[in-house]
Amino acid sequence: MARAYTPLVVLAMVLFAVAPVAVAFAPPEQVMGLIQRIFYYHVPSAMMLFLSAFVCGIASAVFLFKRSARADRIAVSAGELAIVFGLIVMVTGPLWGRKFWGVWWQWDAKLTSAFLLWMIFVAYLLVRRYGGPGAEKLGAAMALFGMANVPFVYVAANYWRTLHPTTNVVMTLAPGMRGPFWLCVAAFLLLYGLLLTLRKRLEDQRAAVEQLYLAMDE
Amino acid sequence: MKQFARVAWIVMRKDLTVEVRSREILYTTVFFAASSVLVFAFALVREGRPMEDAAAGILWIAIAFAGTLALGRTFERERQTETLRALMLAPSDRPAIYVGKLLGILILLGVVELVLVPLVGLLFNAPFGARPLWLVLLLATGTLGFASVGTLFAAMLVRARSRDVLLPVLLYPITIPVIIAGVRGTAALLQATPDEPMARFWVALLVFFDVVFVTLALWTFEPLMTE
Amino acid sequence: MKRRVMATIGSMLLTAGSLLAASQPPPGTAAQGDFVPVSAVQSVEQLPAAPFLIAAYVVVWLALLIYVWSIWRRMKKIEHDLADLRKRVQSR
Repeated sequence: MARAYTPLVVLAMVLFAVAPVAVAFAPPEQVMGLIQRIFYYHVPSAMMLFLSAFVCGIASAVFLFKRSARADRIAVSAGELAIVFGLIVMVTGPLWGRKFWGVWWQWDAKLTSAFLLWMIFVAYLLVRRYGGPGAEKLGAAMALFGMANVPFVYVAANYWRTLHPTTNVVMTLAPGMRGPFWLCVAAFLLLYGLLLTLRKRLEDQRAAVEQLYLAMDE
Repeated sequence: MKQFARVAWIVMRKDLTVEVRSREILYTTVFFAASSVLVFAFALVREGRPMEDAAAGILWIAIAFAGTLALGRTFERERQTETLRALMLAPSDRPAIYVGKLLGILILLGVVELVLVPLVGLLFNAPFGARPLWLVLLLATGTLGFASVGTLFAAMLVRARSRDVLLPVLLYPITIPVIIAGVRGTAALLQATPDEPMARFWVALLVFFDVVFVTLALWTFEPLMTE
Repeated sequence: MKRRVMATIGSMLLTAGSLLAASQPPPGTAAQGDFVPVSAVQSVEQLPAAPFLIAAYVVVWLALLIYVWSIWRRMKKIEHDLADLRKRVQSR
Protein backbone atom coordinates (compact mmCIF):
# COMPACT_ATOMS: atom_id res chain seq x y z
CA MET A 1 0.00 0.00 0.00
CA ALA A 2 2.71 2.45 0.95
CA ARG A 3 4.59 1.89 -2.27
CA ALA A 4 1.50 2.50 -4.35
CA TYR A 5 1.07 5.86 -2.67
CA THR A 6 3.36 8.03 -4.81
CA PRO A 7 2.13 6.78 -8.19
CA LEU A 8 -1.42 7.31 -6.98
CA VAL A 9 -0.61 10.86 -6.00
CA VAL A 10 0.74 11.45 -9.49
CA LEU A 11 -2.40 9.94 -10.97
CA ALA A 12 -4.58 12.18 -8.82
CA MET A 13 -2.64 15.22 -9.92
CA VAL A 14 -3.02 14.22 -13.55
CA LEU A 15 -6.74 13.73 -13.11
CA PHE A 16 -7.10 17.11 -11.49
CA ALA A 17 -5.09 18.72 -14.24
CA VAL A 18 -7.20 17.10 -16.93
CA ALA A 19 -10.52 17.78 -15.24
CA PRO A 20 -10.76 21.53 -15.88
CA VAL A 21 -9.97 20.93 -19.53
CA ALA A 22 -12.66 18.30 -19.79
CA VAL A 23 -15.04 20.59 -17.99
CA ALA A 24 -14.27 23.41 -20.40
CA PHE A 25 -15.05 21.18 -23.36
CA ALA A 26 -18.30 19.89 -21.93
CA PRO A 27 -21.41 21.15 -23.69
CA PRO A 28 -22.92 24.24 -22.09
CA GLU A 29 -26.11 23.76 -20.17
CA GLN A 30 -29.02 25.38 -21.93
CA VAL A 31 -30.35 27.59 -19.22
CA MET A 32 -27.61 28.18 -16.70
CA GLY A 33 -24.77 28.59 -19.13
CA LEU A 34 -21.33 29.08 -17.76
CA ILE A 35 -22.12 29.01 -14.06
CA GLN A 36 -23.40 25.45 -14.26
CA ARG A 37 -19.81 24.28 -14.57
CA ILE A 38 -19.45 24.74 -10.84
CA PHE A 39 -21.52 21.59 -10.69
CA TYR A 40 -18.54 19.51 -11.82
CA TYR A 41 -16.70 20.24 -8.58
CA HIS A 42 -19.64 20.98 -6.31
CA VAL A 43 -21.40 17.64 -6.68
CA PRO A 44 -18.32 15.41 -6.32
CA SER A 45 -17.40 17.40 -3.20
CA ALA A 46 -20.88 16.78 -1.84
CA MET A 47 -20.43 13.10 -2.62
CA MET A 48 -17.17 13.12 -0.67
CA LEU A 49 -18.93 14.82 2.22
CA PHE A 50 -21.49 12.04 2.38
CA LEU A 51 -18.84 9.39 1.89
CA SER A 52 -16.87 10.86 4.78
CA ALA A 53 -19.95 10.87 6.94
CA PHE A 54 -20.46 7.17 6.32
CA VAL A 55 -16.82 6.22 6.74
CA CYS A 56 -16.65 8.15 9.99
CA GLY A 57 -19.93 6.68 11.19
CA ILE A 58 -19.01 3.10 10.42
CA ALA A 59 -15.50 3.47 11.81
CA SER A 60 -17.03 4.97 14.96
CA ALA A 61 -19.40 2.04 15.29
CA VAL A 62 -16.50 -0.40 14.96
CA PHE A 63 -14.59 1.60 17.55
CA LEU A 64 -17.52 1.58 19.96
CA PHE A 65 -18.42 -2.07 19.65
CA LYS A 66 -15.07 -3.66 18.95
CA ARG A 67 -12.89 -1.14 20.81
CA SER A 68 -10.52 -0.92 17.87
CA ALA A 69 -8.13 2.00 18.19
CA ARG A 70 -7.37 1.74 14.50
CA ALA A 71 -11.03 2.33 13.69
CA ASP A 72 -10.97 5.42 15.86
CA ARG A 73 -8.01 6.80 13.93
CA ILE A 74 -9.85 6.26 10.65
CA ALA A 75 -12.90 7.92 12.15
CA VAL A 76 -11.13 11.11 13.16
CA SER A 77 -9.45 11.32 9.75
CA ALA A 78 -12.77 10.93 7.98
CA GLY A 79 -14.30 13.50 10.31
CA GLU A 80 -11.73 16.10 9.32
CA LEU A 81 -12.19 15.31 5.65
CA ALA A 82 -15.94 15.72 6.05
CA ILE A 83 -15.32 19.23 7.28
CA VAL A 84 -12.93 20.08 4.43
CA PHE A 85 -15.22 18.81 1.68
CA GLY A 86 -18.25 20.21 3.43
CA LEU A 87 -16.59 23.60 3.42
CA ILE A 88 -16.05 23.31 -0.32
CA VAL A 89 -19.71 22.43 -0.82
CA MET A 90 -20.85 25.29 1.40
CA VAL A 91 -18.78 27.86 -0.49
CA THR A 92 -19.32 26.67 -4.07
CA GLY A 93 -23.05 26.20 -3.48
CA PRO A 94 -23.81 29.81 -2.57
CA LEU A 95 -21.49 31.02 -5.33
CA TRP A 96 -23.64 29.09 -7.78
CA GLY A 97 -26.78 30.30 -6.10
CA ARG A 98 -25.78 33.94 -6.07
CA LYS A 99 -25.35 33.94 -9.82
CA PHE A 100 -28.30 31.84 -10.70
CA TRP A 101 -30.95 32.62 -8.11
CA GLY A 102 -29.73 36.06 -7.16
CA VAL A 103 -29.41 35.22 -3.48
CA TRP A 104 -26.58 33.65 -1.49
CA TRP A 105 -28.83 31.37 0.53
CA GLN A 106 -32.32 30.11 -0.10
CA TRP A 107 -32.90 27.67 2.74
CA ASP A 108 -33.36 25.04 0.13
CA ALA A 109 -33.37 21.55 1.49
CA LYS A 110 -30.25 20.10 -0.13
CA LEU A 111 -27.84 22.84 0.81
CA THR A 112 -29.40 23.08 4.26
CA SER A 113 -29.01 19.38 4.87
CA ALA A 114 -25.39 19.49 3.71
CA PHE A 115 -24.86 22.36 6.13
CA LEU A 116 -26.42 20.32 8.90
CA LEU A 117 -24.21 17.35 8.17
CA TRP A 118 -21.21 19.63 8.16
CA MET A 119 -22.18 21.05 11.53
CA ILE A 120 -22.58 17.57 12.94
CA PHE A 121 -18.98 16.84 12.09
CA VAL A 122 -17.74 20.15 13.41
CA ALA A 123 -19.48 19.18 16.66
CA TYR A 124 -17.74 15.80 16.36
CA LEU A 125 -14.33 17.43 16.32
CA LEU A 126 -15.31 19.87 19.06
CA VAL A 127 -16.34 17.14 21.43
CA ARG A 128 -13.19 15.16 20.69
CA ARG A 129 -11.08 18.18 21.47
CA TYR A 130 -12.86 19.59 24.51
CA GLY A 131 -14.59 16.61 26.03
CA GLY A 132 -11.70 15.68 28.26
CA PRO A 133 -10.49 12.11 28.73
CA GLY A 134 -12.60 9.48 27.11
CA ALA A 135 -13.89 11.96 24.57
CA GLU A 136 -13.21 9.55 21.69
CA LYS A 137 -16.25 7.54 22.70
CA LEU A 138 -18.45 10.62 22.92
CA GLY A 139 -17.33 11.65 19.46
CA ALA A 140 -17.97 8.15 18.17
CA ALA A 141 -21.58 8.32 19.39
CA MET A 142 -21.99 11.68 17.68
CA ALA A 143 -20.58 10.38 14.39
CA LEU A 144 -22.77 7.29 14.51
CA PHE A 145 -25.91 9.30 15.12
CA GLY A 146 -24.83 11.80 12.51
CA MET A 147 -24.47 9.07 9.93
CA ALA A 148 -27.89 7.69 10.83
CA ASN A 149 -29.29 11.17 10.32
CA VAL A 150 -28.16 11.39 6.70
CA PRO A 151 -31.16 9.61 5.13
CA PHE A 152 -33.61 11.80 7.03
CA VAL A 153 -32.19 15.05 5.82
CA TYR A 154 -31.58 13.63 2.35
CA VAL A 155 -35.21 12.54 1.97
CA ALA A 156 -36.35 16.05 2.81
CA ALA A 157 -34.85 17.35 -0.43
CA ASN A 158 -37.20 15.25 -2.50
CA TYR A 159 -40.35 16.05 -0.54
CA TRP A 160 -40.04 19.77 -0.13
CA ARG A 161 -40.56 22.41 -2.73
CA THR A 162 -37.03 23.34 -3.64
CA LEU A 163 -35.07 25.34 -6.15
CA HIS A 164 -32.21 22.90 -5.96
CA PRO A 165 -31.95 20.34 -8.73
CA THR A 166 -33.08 17.05 -7.30
CA THR A 167 -31.22 13.81 -7.11
CA ASN A 168 -32.51 12.89 -10.56
CA VAL A 169 -30.05 15.20 -12.21
CA VAL A 170 -27.04 12.91 -12.11
CA MET A 171 -28.87 10.04 -13.77
CA THR A 172 -30.22 12.15 -16.62
CA LEU A 173 -27.14 14.09 -17.58
CA ALA A 174 -26.68 14.83 -21.25
CA PRO A 175 -24.08 12.48 -22.81
CA GLY A 176 -21.52 15.22 -23.30
CA MET A 177 -21.68 16.14 -19.64
CA ARG A 178 -21.31 12.63 -18.30
CA GLY A 179 -17.66 12.24 -19.21
CA PRO A 180 -16.32 15.29 -17.40
CA PHE A 181 -18.64 14.68 -14.48
CA TRP A 182 -17.53 11.13 -13.81
CA LEU A 183 -13.94 12.14 -14.45
CA CYS A 184 -14.26 14.69 -11.68
CA VAL A 185 -15.89 12.13 -9.44
CA ALA A 186 -13.00 9.75 -10.05
CA ALA A 187 -10.48 12.50 -9.37
CA PHE A 188 -12.17 13.45 -6.12
CA LEU A 189 -12.54 9.86 -5.03
CA LEU A 190 -8.88 9.15 -5.60
CA LEU A 191 -7.91 12.33 -3.82
CA TYR A 192 -10.19 11.39 -0.95
CA GLY A 193 -8.54 8.01 -0.54
CA LEU A 194 -5.09 9.56 -0.58
CA LEU A 195 -5.99 12.27 1.94
CA LEU A 196 -7.63 9.74 4.23
CA THR A 197 -4.55 7.54 4.15
CA LEU A 198 -2.30 10.51 4.77
CA ARG A 199 -4.34 11.79 7.68
CA LYS A 200 -4.57 8.35 9.21
CA ARG A 201 -0.81 8.09 9.06
CA LEU A 202 -0.63 11.26 11.12
CA GLU A 203 -2.89 9.67 13.72
CA ASP A 204 -0.77 6.52 13.72
CA GLN A 205 2.32 8.62 14.42
CA ARG A 206 0.48 10.36 17.25
CA ALA A 207 -0.47 7.03 18.75
CA ALA A 208 3.19 5.91 18.49
CA VAL A 209 4.32 9.06 20.31
CA GLU A 210 1.83 8.42 23.09
CA GLN A 211 3.03 4.87 23.45
CA LEU A 212 6.60 6.11 23.74
CA TYR A 213 5.62 8.63 26.39
CA LEU A 214 3.95 5.88 28.36
CA ALA A 215 6.98 3.63 27.94
CA MET A 216 9.22 6.38 29.22
CA ASP A 217 7.14 6.94 32.32
CA GLU A 218 7.56 3.37 33.41
CA MET B 1 -37.78 -9.25 28.92
CA LYS B 2 -39.80 -8.99 32.09
CA GLN B 3 -36.66 -8.22 34.05
CA PHE B 4 -35.89 -5.48 31.55
CA ALA B 5 -39.31 -3.90 32.03
CA ARG B 6 -39.03 -4.18 35.78
CA VAL B 7 -35.67 -2.42 35.89
CA ALA B 8 -36.90 0.32 33.59
CA TRP B 9 -40.00 0.78 35.71
CA ILE B 10 -37.99 1.00 38.92
CA VAL B 11 -35.57 3.56 37.47
CA MET B 12 -38.45 5.64 36.15
CA ARG B 13 -40.29 5.47 39.45
CA LYS B 14 -37.19 6.52 41.32
CA ASP B 15 -36.76 9.56 39.12
CA LEU B 16 -40.39 10.53 39.38
CA THR B 17 -40.45 10.08 43.13
CA VAL B 18 -37.43 12.30 43.57
CA GLU B 19 -38.97 14.85 41.27
CA VAL B 20 -42.39 14.82 42.88
CA ARG B 21 -40.82 15.44 46.27
CA SER B 22 -38.76 18.45 45.26
CA ARG B 23 -40.44 19.53 42.02
CA GLU B 24 -37.29 21.53 41.36
CA ILE B 25 -36.74 20.54 37.76
CA LEU B 26 -40.43 20.72 36.91
CA TYR B 27 -41.00 24.24 38.17
CA THR B 28 -37.76 25.67 36.83
CA THR B 29 -38.21 24.05 33.44
CA VAL B 30 -41.79 25.20 33.06
CA PHE B 31 -40.85 28.70 34.04
CA PHE B 32 -37.88 28.69 31.71
CA ALA B 33 -40.07 27.50 28.83
CA ALA B 34 -42.61 30.22 29.57
CA SER B 35 -39.97 32.94 29.63
CA SER B 36 -38.49 31.70 26.36
CA VAL B 37 -41.93 31.99 24.84
CA LEU B 38 -42.08 35.56 26.09
CA VAL B 39 -38.68 36.37 24.62
CA PHE B 40 -39.75 34.99 21.26
CA ALA B 41 -43.02 36.85 21.53
CA PHE B 42 -41.23 40.15 21.88
CA ALA B 43 -38.81 39.26 19.13
CA LEU B 44 -41.32 37.98 16.59
CA VAL B 45 -44.50 39.91 17.16
CA ARG B 46 -44.89 43.01 15.07
CA GLU B 47 -47.59 45.61 15.75
CA GLY B 48 -49.35 43.25 18.03
CA ARG B 49 -49.59 40.46 15.47
CA PRO B 50 -47.28 37.48 15.33
CA MET B 51 -45.56 36.43 12.14
CA GLU B 52 -47.05 33.56 10.25
CA ASP B 53 -46.28 30.13 11.58
CA ALA B 54 -44.59 31.78 14.56
CA ALA B 55 -46.67 29.83 17.04
CA ALA B 56 -45.58 26.44 15.75
CA GLY B 57 -41.93 27.46 15.66
CA ILE B 58 -41.97 29.01 19.09
CA LEU B 59 -43.64 25.99 20.63
CA TRP B 60 -41.02 23.61 19.37
CA ILE B 61 -38.08 25.85 20.15
CA ALA B 62 -39.36 26.22 23.69
CA ILE B 63 -39.66 22.43 23.94
CA ALA B 64 -36.11 22.00 22.66
CA PHE B 65 -34.64 24.55 25.07
CA ALA B 66 -36.63 23.31 28.02
CA GLY B 67 -35.75 19.73 27.16
CA THR B 68 -32.05 20.48 27.05
CA LEU B 69 -32.27 22.16 30.41
CA ALA B 70 -34.25 19.34 31.98
CA LEU B 71 -31.82 16.74 30.64
CA GLY B 72 -28.84 18.64 31.95
CA ARG B 73 -30.37 19.06 35.38
CA THR B 74 -31.53 15.47 35.67
CA PHE B 75 -28.13 14.05 34.97
CA GLU B 76 -26.35 16.69 36.99
CA ARG B 77 -28.38 15.48 39.94
CA GLU B 78 -27.25 11.92 39.21
CA ARG B 79 -23.67 13.03 38.99
CA GLN B 80 -23.72 14.89 42.27
CA THR B 81 -25.08 11.98 44.19
CA GLU B 82 -23.01 9.46 42.21
CA THR B 83 -26.12 7.41 41.68
CA LEU B 84 -25.40 6.85 38.02
CA ARG B 85 -22.30 4.88 38.85
CA ALA B 86 -24.30 2.90 41.36
CA LEU B 87 -26.89 2.19 38.70
CA MET B 88 -24.25 1.03 36.26
CA LEU B 89 -22.76 -1.27 38.88
CA ALA B 90 -26.08 -2.97 39.45
CA PRO B 91 -26.34 -6.37 37.76
CA SER B 92 -29.14 -5.31 35.47
CA ASP B 93 -29.61 -4.94 31.76
CA ARG B 94 -27.94 -1.62 30.97
CA PRO B 95 -30.35 -0.54 28.24
CA ALA B 96 -33.13 -0.94 30.80
CA ILE B 97 -31.60 1.90 32.77
CA TYR B 98 -31.65 4.00 29.63
CA VAL B 99 -35.32 3.22 29.05
CA GLY B 100 -36.17 4.07 32.63
CA LYS B 101 -34.45 7.43 32.44
CA LEU B 102 -36.03 8.11 29.06
CA LEU B 103 -39.51 7.45 30.39
CA GLY B 104 -38.89 9.78 33.31
CA ILE B 105 -37.76 12.56 31.00
CA LEU B 106 -40.72 11.97 28.71
CA ILE B 107 -43.18 12.35 31.54
CA LEU B 108 -41.46 15.50 32.72
CA LEU B 109 -41.50 17.03 29.26
CA GLY B 110 -45.10 15.94 28.82
CA VAL B 111 -46.11 17.97 31.85
CA VAL B 112 -44.13 20.93 30.54
CA GLU B 113 -45.92 20.67 27.21
CA LEU B 114 -49.27 20.55 28.97
CA VAL B 115 -48.52 24.03 30.21
CA LEU B 116 -46.72 25.24 27.10
CA VAL B 117 -49.31 24.43 24.45
CA PRO B 118 -52.17 26.41 25.99
CA LEU B 119 -49.77 29.24 26.78
CA VAL B 120 -48.52 29.54 23.22
CA GLY B 121 -52.04 29.08 21.91
CA LEU B 122 -53.25 31.90 24.09
CA LEU B 123 -50.43 34.34 23.43
CA PHE B 124 -50.32 33.75 19.70
CA ASN B 125 -53.98 33.18 19.05
CA ALA B 126 -53.21 29.81 17.53
CA PRO B 127 -55.96 27.21 17.25
CA PHE B 128 -54.17 24.31 18.88
CA GLY B 129 -57.51 22.69 19.61
CA ALA B 130 -58.34 22.24 15.94
CA ARG B 131 -57.08 18.70 15.53
CA PRO B 132 -56.13 17.64 19.04
CA LEU B 133 -55.37 14.01 18.20
CA TRP B 134 -52.89 14.87 15.49
CA LEU B 135 -51.29 17.50 17.69
CA VAL B 136 -50.86 15.03 20.52
CA LEU B 137 -49.37 12.52 18.10
CA LEU B 138 -46.94 15.10 16.75
CA LEU B 139 -45.91 16.20 20.20
CA ALA B 140 -45.52 12.64 21.42
CA THR B 141 -43.39 11.41 18.53
CA GLY B 142 -41.38 14.59 18.38
CA THR B 143 -40.67 14.68 22.10
CA LEU B 144 -39.72 11.02 22.00
CA GLY B 145 -37.26 11.67 19.19
CA PHE B 146 -35.70 14.59 21.00
CA ALA B 147 -35.60 12.86 24.37
CA SER B 148 -34.24 9.58 23.06
CA VAL B 149 -31.12 11.20 21.65
CA GLY B 150 -30.93 13.67 24.52
CA THR B 151 -31.05 11.05 27.27
CA LEU B 152 -28.25 9.09 25.66
CA PHE B 153 -26.05 12.12 25.12
CA ALA B 154 -26.69 13.56 28.57
CA ALA B 155 -25.86 10.21 30.15
CA MET B 156 -22.65 9.78 28.23
CA LEU B 157 -21.56 13.35 28.96
CA VAL B 158 -21.93 12.97 32.73
CA ARG B 159 -18.23 12.36 33.20
CA ALA B 160 -16.99 14.63 30.42
CA ARG B 161 -15.44 18.03 30.67
CA SER B 162 -17.46 21.05 29.46
CA ARG B 163 -20.56 18.90 29.68
CA ASP B 164 -22.94 21.85 30.02
CA VAL B 165 -22.10 23.35 26.68
CA LEU B 166 -21.40 20.06 24.93
CA LEU B 167 -24.92 18.76 25.42
CA PRO B 168 -26.60 21.36 23.18
CA VAL B 169 -23.59 21.29 20.82
CA LEU B 170 -24.15 17.59 20.24
CA LEU B 171 -27.89 17.42 20.62
CA TYR B 172 -29.21 20.20 18.39
CA PRO B 173 -27.66 19.18 15.05
CA ILE B 174 -28.90 15.62 15.45
CA THR B 175 -32.41 16.59 16.47
CA ILE B 176 -32.97 19.27 13.86
CA PRO B 177 -34.99 16.86 11.66
CA VAL B 178 -37.28 16.38 14.66
CA ILE B 179 -37.73 20.11 15.05
CA ILE B 180 -38.35 20.56 11.32
CA ALA B 181 -40.94 17.79 11.29
CA GLY B 182 -42.58 19.06 14.46
CA VAL B 183 -42.79 22.65 13.32
CA ARG B 184 -44.00 21.86 9.81
CA GLY B 185 -46.53 19.38 11.09
CA THR B 186 -47.84 21.74 13.73
CA ALA B 187 -47.96 24.60 11.26
CA ALA B 188 -49.98 22.40 8.91
CA LEU B 189 -52.47 21.79 11.70
CA LEU B 190 -52.72 25.44 12.62
CA GLN B 191 -53.76 26.61 9.20
CA ALA B 192 -57.26 27.91 8.54
CA THR B 193 -58.17 24.50 7.14
CA PRO B 194 -55.92 22.01 8.91
CA ASP B 195 -53.85 20.07 6.43
CA GLU B 196 -54.16 16.52 7.70
CA PRO B 197 -52.26 14.62 4.97
CA MET B 198 -49.31 16.92 5.60
CA ALA B 199 -49.45 16.31 9.32
CA ARG B 200 -49.71 12.59 8.72
CA PHE B 201 -46.60 12.66 6.54
CA TRP B 202 -44.58 14.44 9.20
CA VAL B 203 -45.83 12.13 11.93
CA ALA B 204 -44.76 9.17 9.79
CA LEU B 205 -41.29 10.66 9.40
CA LEU B 206 -41.09 11.23 13.14
CA VAL B 207 -42.12 7.67 13.90
CA PHE B 208 -39.42 6.41 11.58
CA PHE B 209 -36.90 8.71 13.24
CA ASP B 210 -37.95 7.46 16.67
CA VAL B 211 -37.61 3.81 15.72
CA VAL B 212 -34.14 4.33 14.27
CA PHE B 213 -32.78 6.46 17.07
CA VAL B 214 -34.25 4.60 20.01
CA THR B 215 -32.78 1.43 18.55
CA LEU B 216 -29.40 3.09 18.05
CA ALA B 217 -29.49 4.45 21.59
CA LEU B 218 -30.31 1.04 23.04
CA TRP B 219 -27.42 -0.48 21.12
CA THR B 220 -24.86 2.12 22.04
CA PHE B 221 -25.81 2.78 25.67
CA GLU B 222 -23.72 -0.02 27.11
CA PRO B 223 -20.46 0.58 25.19
CA LEU B 224 -20.72 4.29 25.82
CA MET B 225 -21.27 4.07 29.54
CA THR B 226 -18.58 1.54 30.30
CA GLU B 227 -14.94 2.51 30.49
CA MET C 1 -27.19 -10.80 21.14
CA LYS C 2 -27.34 -11.75 17.48
CA ARG C 3 -31.03 -12.58 17.70
CA ARG C 4 -31.65 -9.21 19.26
CA VAL C 5 -29.77 -7.52 16.45
CA MET C 6 -31.77 -9.41 13.85
CA ALA C 7 -35.02 -8.63 15.66
CA THR C 8 -34.34 -4.94 15.80
CA ILE C 9 -33.19 -4.71 12.21
CA GLY C 10 -36.24 -6.67 11.13
CA SER C 11 -38.63 -4.46 13.04
CA MET C 12 -36.93 -1.35 11.70
CA LEU C 13 -37.25 -2.55 8.14
CA LEU C 14 -40.88 -3.48 8.69
CA THR C 15 -41.66 -0.10 10.14
CA ALA C 16 -39.79 1.62 7.37
CA GLY C 17 -41.58 -0.35 4.69
CA SER C 18 -45.02 0.20 6.10
CA LEU C 19 -44.38 3.86 6.71
CA LEU C 20 -43.09 4.43 3.22
CA ALA C 21 -46.10 2.66 1.82
CA ALA C 22 -48.54 4.56 3.99
CA SER C 23 -47.10 8.01 3.73
CA GLN C 24 -47.31 9.41 0.28
CA PRO C 25 -45.76 12.82 0.01
CA PRO C 26 -48.60 15.29 0.25
CA PRO C 27 -49.81 16.70 -3.04
CA GLY C 28 -48.40 19.99 -4.10
CA THR C 29 -44.83 19.28 -3.13
CA ALA C 30 -43.81 17.34 -6.19
CA ALA C 31 -40.10 17.02 -6.72
CA GLN C 32 -38.66 19.18 -9.44
CA GLY C 33 -37.11 18.09 -12.68
CA ASP C 34 -33.62 18.48 -13.90
CA PHE C 35 -31.61 21.57 -14.64
CA VAL C 36 -34.65 23.70 -15.43
CA PRO C 37 -35.18 26.81 -13.42
CA VAL C 38 -38.36 27.70 -11.58
CA SER C 39 -39.97 30.40 -13.69
CA ALA C 40 -40.78 32.51 -10.67
CA VAL C 41 -37.11 33.00 -9.96
CA GLN C 42 -35.29 34.51 -12.89
CA SER C 43 -31.97 36.04 -11.96
CA VAL C 44 -33.01 39.60 -11.42
CA GLU C 45 -29.66 41.18 -12.12
CA GLN C 46 -27.56 39.81 -14.92
CA LEU C 47 -24.41 39.16 -12.92
CA PRO C 48 -21.41 38.05 -14.91
CA ALA C 49 -20.89 34.36 -14.40
CA ALA C 50 -17.14 34.12 -14.86
CA PRO C 51 -16.02 35.65 -11.54
CA PHE C 52 -18.23 33.27 -9.60
CA LEU C 53 -17.01 30.28 -11.54
CA ILE C 54 -13.39 31.23 -11.09
CA ALA C 55 -13.95 31.97 -7.41
CA ALA C 56 -15.51 28.55 -6.97
CA TYR C 57 -12.60 26.71 -8.54
CA VAL C 58 -10.08 28.80 -6.62
CA VAL C 59 -11.86 27.98 -3.38
CA VAL C 60 -11.75 24.26 -4.12
CA TRP C 61 -8.05 24.29 -4.89
CA LEU C 62 -7.21 26.54 -1.93
CA ALA C 63 -9.20 24.45 0.55
CA LEU C 64 -7.51 21.24 -0.57
CA LEU C 65 -4.05 22.77 -0.64
CA ILE C 66 -4.42 24.37 2.77
CA TYR C 67 -5.61 21.08 4.24
CA VAL C 68 -2.73 19.15 2.76
CA TRP C 69 -0.33 21.78 4.07
CA SER C 70 -1.89 21.53 7.53
CA ILE C 71 -1.42 17.76 7.55
CA TRP C 72 2.16 18.19 6.38
CA ARG C 73 2.87 20.71 9.12
CA ARG C 74 1.45 18.47 11.85
CA MET C 75 3.29 15.49 10.41
CA LYS C 76 6.61 17.35 10.59
CA LYS C 77 5.99 18.21 14.22
CA ILE C 78 5.03 14.67 15.15
CA GLU C 79 7.99 13.16 13.36
CA HIS C 80 10.26 15.57 15.20
CA ASP C 81 8.70 14.54 18.51
CA LEU C 82 8.95 10.88 17.58
CA ALA C 83 12.65 11.10 16.68
CA ASP C 84 13.28 13.03 19.87
CA LEU C 85 11.51 10.49 22.03
CA ARG C 86 13.18 7.53 20.33
CA LYS C 87 16.56 9.06 21.06
CA ARG C 88 15.66 9.56 24.70
CA VAL C 89 14.31 6.04 25.09
CA GLN C 90 17.42 4.55 23.51
CA SER C 91 19.84 6.59 25.55
CA ARG C 92 18.31 5.30 28.80
